[in-house]
Amino acid sequence: MQVSKTFKRIIYLELAIPVALLIIGIYHGLMQTVYRAGVLHQTSFLKLDYYQGLTLHGVINALVLTTFFAVAFGHATMAFYFKKEPNKKLMWLSFWLMLTGVLLAAATMLMGKASVLYTFYPPLKAHPLFYLGAALLIVGSWVPLFDWVRMYNSWKKENPETKTPLAVLGTLINFIIWFMCTLAVAYEVLVLLIPWSMGWTKTVNVNLARTLFWFFGHALVYFWLLPAYIMFYTILPKVAGGKLYSDLAGRIALFLFLIFSIPVGVHHQYSDPTITRGVKFFHGLLTYGVAIPSFITAFTIAASLEYAGRKRGAKGLFGWMTKLPYLNKDKFLFGYFICGLILFIFGGVTGIINSSYSLNNVIHNTAWLPGHFHMTVAGPVFLGIVGMSLYLYARMSGKKIFMPAVNTIIPYLWMIGMLIFSFGMSWGGLRGEPRRTNLGISYLNPESAQFRPDWVPTTTIALLGGFIMFIAGMLFVVVFFGTIFKKKTEEGQLDIPVSEAFHDEKRVPLFDRFKPWLAAMVVIILLAYIPALINVNKNSGPGAPRYNIDNPMPVENKTETVKP
Amino acid sequence: MKIDKFEKRVLIITLSVIGLFIFSLLYAKNKYQTDLPECLPYNKVYTEPKITRLDSMTYQVFSVASMWQFEPGEIYVPVGSEVDFYLTSKDVVHGFNIAQKNVNMMAVYGSINKTTVKFDKPGVYDIVCHEYCGVGHQNMRAQVIVNYPTAK
Repeated sequence: MQVSKTFKRIIYLELAIPVALLIIGIYHGLMQTVYRAGVLHQTSFLKLDYYQGLTLHGVINALVLTTFFAVAFGHATMAFYFKKEPNKKLMWLSFWLMLTGVLLAAATMLMGKASVLYTFYPPLKAHPLFYLGAALLIVGSWVPLFDWVRMYNSWKKENPETKTPLAVLGTLINFIIWFMCTLAVAYEVLVLLIPWSMGWTKTVNVNLARTLFWFFGHALVYFWLLPAYIMFYTILPKVAGGKLYSDLAGRIALFLFLIFSIPVGVHHQYSDPTITRGVKFFHGLLTYGVAIPSFITAFTIAASLEYAGRKRGAKGLFGWMTKLPYLNKDKFLFGYFICGLILFIFGGVTGIINSSYSLNNVIHNTAWLPGHFHMTVAGPVFLGIVGMSLYLYARMSGKKIFMPAVNTIIPYLWMIGMLIFSFGMSWGGLRGEPRRTNLGISYLNPESAQFRPDWVPTTTIALLGGFIMFIAGMLFVVVFFGTIFKKKTEEGQLDIPVSEAFHDEKRVPLFDRFKPWLAAMVVIILLAYIPALINVNKNSGPGAPRYNIDNPMPVENKTETVKP
Repeated sequence: MKIDKFEKRVLIITLSVIGLFIFSLLYAKNKYQTDLPECLPYNKVYTEPKITRLDSMTYQVFSVASMWQFEPGEIYVPVGSEVDFYLTSKDVVHGFNIAQKNVNMMAVYGSINKTTVKFDKPGVYDIVCHEYCGVGHQNMRAQVIVNYPTAK
C-alpha cells in the first residue's frame, strides 16, 4: 500500500537510529570476549571501561534496538493490515520521547556516570538522568498502544465477525504485556530510584527493587521475542513458499504468552534472599506454562516449513529440509528467519534448564546465562529485527539491496559465530566462569594469583565466536547503510508478506477477544506476585544507601553533612 | 472444534515432557537433597563475619560480602564437614558461587541468605563473586580449604 511521507520518515528513523547505534553495541560485544579471554589485562581500552562497555552493549542491543523496532514494526503492521495510518502526532510524540530517553541514557553511559549494567541493580547508583532516560524510552513506547487500540476498536466495530489478523493480534498482545510489565519498572525508576539517586530519600529496599525489576525483566524477554514470533507465523511460511500450518494455533500461543509472560519473574531470583522456596517453585511451574506456547510454535512453524518443502517436490521424512530457499537473494528474509530458529532450539533448551528450580544452582550468573540468552535475544530476535528492518526499508523506499549476495550469507555467518560463542560460554559457565566480569585482569591473567587455567579454552572459544559475529554484524551495518545511500529504482510502498493458513479455522470467539484473557492475566499475576511481595516485605531488613562503582563507602547524603 | 491429529500428538508429547521435568525436579530434590537457598528474616547477628565450630564436623560461617572482598576470606574445615553458610552484603549486590559444590547465592544488603554444604573431598574451593559489584568485581574471591584428614 501507498503510505504518506511523514509515516515513512518516522519508520525510517526508528529503524535506522538503532542500527547506527549497533556499531557501538556490537563493538562492545566483541570487546567483552577480548577482555574475557585474557587478550587484554586492563580495565579499559580506547578510554572506554569494561563495565561501561558492558552497559552500552546491554542497553543498546537489548533495550534500544528492540524497543525502537517493536514500535516501528507495530506501526507498519497496523497500517498494513488496517489500510490506515496511525495518528501522526502520536507517532512523533512517541518517537521524540524515546529518542530523548536514549540520548540522555547514552550521554550518561558514555561519560562513565552510569556503568551499572542494563539491570541497574541498586544500591549501585547511576546518574539520575540515566534512570530518567530509561523511563522516557519506556513511556515513549507506551504511546502507540493507545492509538492502536483505538484503530483496532473502530475496525472491530465494522468487522465484528471477522477474525482479527494474526499479526495485529500479536502486536496488541505484545504491547499489552509490555505496558503491564513496565508499570513495575516505571514504579521502580520513578518512585524508588530517582528520588534516592538525587538524595531526597536516604535508602532503598534492594530486594523490592530487584523483585520489581524482574516483574518487568522476564516479560521483557517476550517483548523481544513476540515480534519475531509474529514474523515466524505470518511472514515466514509465505517467504518459504508454503502456508501457515494452523492459524488457530498461533492465536492460542499468543494468548498463552499474554497470561504467562509476567508471573514467572521470580525464576530470575532463585538465588535471592527474602523470597521463600515455595514462591520460587510456583514461579518455576508457571515458567513451564510458557513452554507450552513455545512447543506449539515449534511444531506449527516446522509443519509450515515441511509443507513448503513438500510443495516444492520434496520426498521422504526429511527431504523437505533440503528444498527451502536458504540462499535465495530475493528471499533473503528466509535466511534471517531460519538461522534465528536454529539458534532458538538451543536457546529454548538451555532456557528450560535455567528455569528448572534447583538446576539453577549449577548455572546461575555464570557464563552459561549469556550463552543461553544470546541464542534467544541475539538469535531469532536480533536476526528477525535486522532482517525485517532491511526488508521494510528497502520496500518502502523502493531501493535495491546493497551487496545482495553478502546480505544473503550474513545470517549464516552470524549463526555460526553465535553457536561457537555460546558453546564456549555455556561450557565455561559449567566450570564456574562468572558472567559480567573483566576476567582478563584476574582469572585469565597468568600473572595473577587468581589465574584459572581451566577457563582458558572456554573463553578462547567464545572469543572466536565473538569475532565471527562482529564481522557479520558490521557487514550488516554496511549493507543497511549502503542500501540507504542507493538511488530509488521503483515506487516505494509498505509491503509485508502475508501467509495464508493451511488450516484456516473458523473464528472461535474466545480466541478473538481480549477481555477474558486480560482478566486471567491479572488474576495469575496477583496469585504469583502478592506472595512474593509479602515475602520481600516481611524478610527485608534496612534499606541501602547509595554507592558509587569505585568506592566501598556510601555516597554521603547532603542533608546529613549539613547537620552541625 | 476438530483438532488436527498431529497437533493432538504434539500437545500430548509437550504435556508429557513437562510432566517428566516436574517429576525429575521433585525426585532430584528429595534423592540428592538439592534445593534453592533458604531465606531467613533479617537479623543483625549475621552482619558480623564469623566462623563457629558447632561440633567436630559441623561449622557455621557468617559470610559478609563487601566491595570487594568476602569476610572471612579463608575458611578452613576438615574433610567430611558440613558447613552452614549465612550470607549478607555490607553494600551493593554480590554473588556467592562455589561452582564445584553448586552453591549459588546472592548477597543483598538488608537480607540474609542461607545454604548448607557438605565437603567430602579435600581441596581448595573457590568462592567467586559472580554479580557485578563495581570496579573491583573481578578481584573478589574467597576460598574454602578442606584439608584436614578425617579423624578415624
